[in-house]
Amino acid sequence: MASEKNSCLSGEGLTKIFGFGRTRTLAVDHVDFDFHEGEVVSIVGESGSGKTTLAKMLLGLINPTEGEIHFLGQKRDISSQKKRQEYWKNIQAIFQDPFSSYNIFTKIDGVLLDCIRMRGGGHLPKEKKIELMTEACSFVNLKFAELTNKYPFELSGGQMQRLMIARIFLLKPRILIADEPTSMIDACSRATILDYLMKLRDEIGMTLIFITHDIGLAYYVSDSVYIMEHGKFVERGSADEVILRPKEPYTRRLINDVPKIYEEWDLSTV
Amino acid sequence: MQYSLRQAFRSGKFVTGFALFAAMLVIVIVYPLIITYPPLQIIAQGTFFPPGIYVSTYDSVNAPTTYTLNLDDAAAKRIASKLKAEDRTAMKEWLVAAGIPESEIDAADTAKLLAQWEANYDPKKQVAGMTFARSRYFQRVNTSISGLLSSEGAILATKAPDTGALQQAGTVKQTDYVNVSEIPNVRLLPLGTDNFGRDVLTELIRAAGVSLEIGLVAGIIATLIGLTLGLLAGYVGGVVDDVIVFITNLFTVIPGLVLLILISFSLGQDKRGPVTIAAVIGLTYWVWTARSVRAQVISLRNRDHVNLSKLSGHSIPHIIINDILPYIASYVIMAFILQISSAILAEASLSILGLGPRTTDVPTLGLMMNWAMIYQAHLLQKWWAYLPVLVTIAMITFSMNLMITGLDQVFNPALRD
Repeated sequence: MASEKNSCLSGEGLTKIFGFGRTRTLAVDHVDFDFHEGEVVSIVGESGSGKTTLAKMLLGLINPTEGEIHFLGQKRDISSQKKRQEYWKNIQAIFQDPFSSYNIFTKIDGVLLDCIRMRGGGHLPKEKKIELMTEACSFVNLKFAELTNKYPFELSGGQMQRLMIARIFLLKPRILIADEPTSMIDACSRATILDYLMKLRDEIGMTLIFITHDIGLAYYVSDSVYIMEHGKFVERGSADEVILRPKEPYTRRLINDVPKIYEEWDLSTV
Repeated sequence: MQYSLRQAFRSGKFVTGFALFAAMLVIVIVYPLIITYPPLQIIAQGTFFPPGIYVSTYDSVNAPTTYTLNLDDAAAKRIASKLKAEDRTAMKEWLVAAGIPESEIDAADTAKLLAQWEANYDPKKQVAGMTFARSRYFQRVNTSISGLLSSEGAILATKAPDTGALQQAGTVKQTDYVNVSEIPNVRLLPLGTDNFGRDVLTELIRAAGVSLEIGLVAGIIATLIGLTLGLLAGYVGGVVDDVIVFITNLFTVIPGLVLLILISFSLGQDKRGPVTIAAVIGLTYWVWTARSVRAQVISLRNRDHVNLSKLSGHSIPHIIINDILPYIASYVIMAFILQISSAILAEASLSILGLGPRTTDVPTLGLMMNWAMIYQAHLLQKWWAYLPVLVTIAMITFSMNLMITGLDQVFNPALRD
C-alpha cells in the first residue's frame, strides 16, 4: 500500500561523521531510505545508534558529511535562511525532553504566536489569533485561557508535550519527526500523547517519522519500521513483517528486551 | 529573571556587598554637592599636614569676645605638650653628663628640673661622645622650654604705618579662651593634606568617583567586546570562530598589564584622559569574557530550545538575542562586575607606574597612590596620604567581589549554604 504513494522524503548514502583523528565517530553510516506521504514510519534502535543524528539531518539542523536528501522528489536545498524557513514550513519536530525544549524566558503565547506567524498569519487581528490558539490548545485538551501569560516551565511534562502537539496543529507541516516524544513521560500520559499524535496525523494527513527505542510502541503506531544499529539500517519493512517475523538477531534482541507483564523477563540477552 | 533578582537580595553576601557599594556611591555623589571645594586646589603651604581641625590664629587673637576660664589642669597640659617624658629623660642625661649627681635630679619635678637646666645648660659645652645631631636636639629643647613656667600673658603689638614703631594693641592672658564657633575661619581636614597641600578627603572622594567611572566605562567596553565576540564565535562557528579564537589567543598570551603599559605609553601624556585610559583598559581586558561566553554558547547552541527556535523560522540575531543571551545573562552580569573591579585595579597599577590619566585635571585613586609614593609618604610615616586610598580601593573591590559571591550562590544552587 505504501509504495503506491509518492515519495515524500528520501535519502541516499546519508553519512554523518563527528570529529576527526582519534575522536572520529561515525554516527550515521551510509543509510538509504524512502518515506512516503501519509505513512507512519518508525526508526527503532538503542541509545547511540544514530537515530537523533539522522533526525537532525532530516530536519536540516546539521549538515550531512556525505549523501543526499530528496524532498518531494527534488534535491533538498536549504542553503539560505529563506530556503530553510520555507523547508521548515513543511517539516517539523517534537523533541524528547519537554523540559529543555522550551525557552524558559518566552511565554506560552509567544511559542504559539510564532507558529501562527510562520503560517503567514502575522497580520491577523488579535481576536483571530487568540481563536486559533484556543482551538489548537483544545485539540490537546488544554485550556488556552489558563495558559496565557504563563511560562512553559510552570506546566507538567505531559502538558508541555501536549503543547508541543498544539504547536504542530497550528503549523500543519507535511512531515513530523517525533524524536522519542514519550520517553521522558510516565506511562499514563504516554498513551494520551500517542493518542493525540495519531489523531493529529489523521486530521492533517502528514507523514509521521516516529523515532523510538521502544519496539512495542513502534509496532503499535507504525506502517513500516526501520531497525537501526551502529548508524546503519539493519532491517526494514512493514511493521508486521519486521516485528512478527524478524530476520536479524539484533531485531530479535530488541523484541526480547521489551518487558512483558505476566511473563518472565529474559535478561540474559541484555 | 525577576525570580533570580529577588533571590539575589535574599543572599546575605550580595546584600552586604550591595549596601557597601551603594553607600560609597551615595558618598561619591552627595559629598561634592555639600562640600563644594575644588578637589585639586592647593590650600596648604607645605607638605603633609596631619589630620585635624585647623583654626585661624589671627582670627582667634582678634576674636570679638574672649572668655576667661579658670581650669586647674590648663598649666599642666601646656607644659606636657612642650616637655614630653622623653625630653625629661634626655635632659636628665645631659645634666648627669655635665657633672650633677644623679640622686639630686628628679625628672618628674618640672620646676626643679627647669631650674637645674637653666643653671647648667650651655649650648657651647662639648659633652664627650655626643653627636652633632644630638646636641642640636638639646638646643631645640632649650628653645621650646624657655618661658614655660611663665604665668604672664603675651602682648600683642601692631606696627605704626608711618614710623614702623610698635604699639601695644592688647594682651592675651593664659586664661583667655575663644569659642571656635565664633571664629570665622576654621577648616576641618579629616585626612590632612597631601604632598601638594591639597585636602586629602575631598581629593579622595573625587578620585573614587573618577575611578568608578573608569571602571564602569572599561567594564562596559570589555564586556561588550567579549560578549559580541564570544556570541559570534560560539554561535556562528566555522571560520568566524577560528578567526576570533586566534585573536583571543593572541591577546591571552600577551600579559594584559604589559599590553596596557605599552598602549598607554605610546598614547603620550597629553592624550591620556580618564576616558582614554578606561578605553585602553577595556580594549585589553575582554579576553576572558570572550572565551567563557564562547564556551557557554557552544554548549547552548545545540540545545532543543534553540533547535525549536530555528524550526520556528527565527533569524540568527533573533536566536542569539532571545534564546542564547538570556541563558548566559547571569554569567555576563557577574563578569561585568568583575571587569569593573579589575579595571579599577588596572588603573591603579598603571597610575602607580606614572602611566595613568593626565595629572592636572582630576585625581584618581591610582594617581593619589602615585603622588604619595613619589613624595615618600610611606617613609615619612604620613599614613593619611596613602592608607585611606588603599582602604577605598580595597572596599570597592571587596564590595563587588561580595556581590559576585552572593550572585554565584543564587545562580548556582550547588553553592548555597
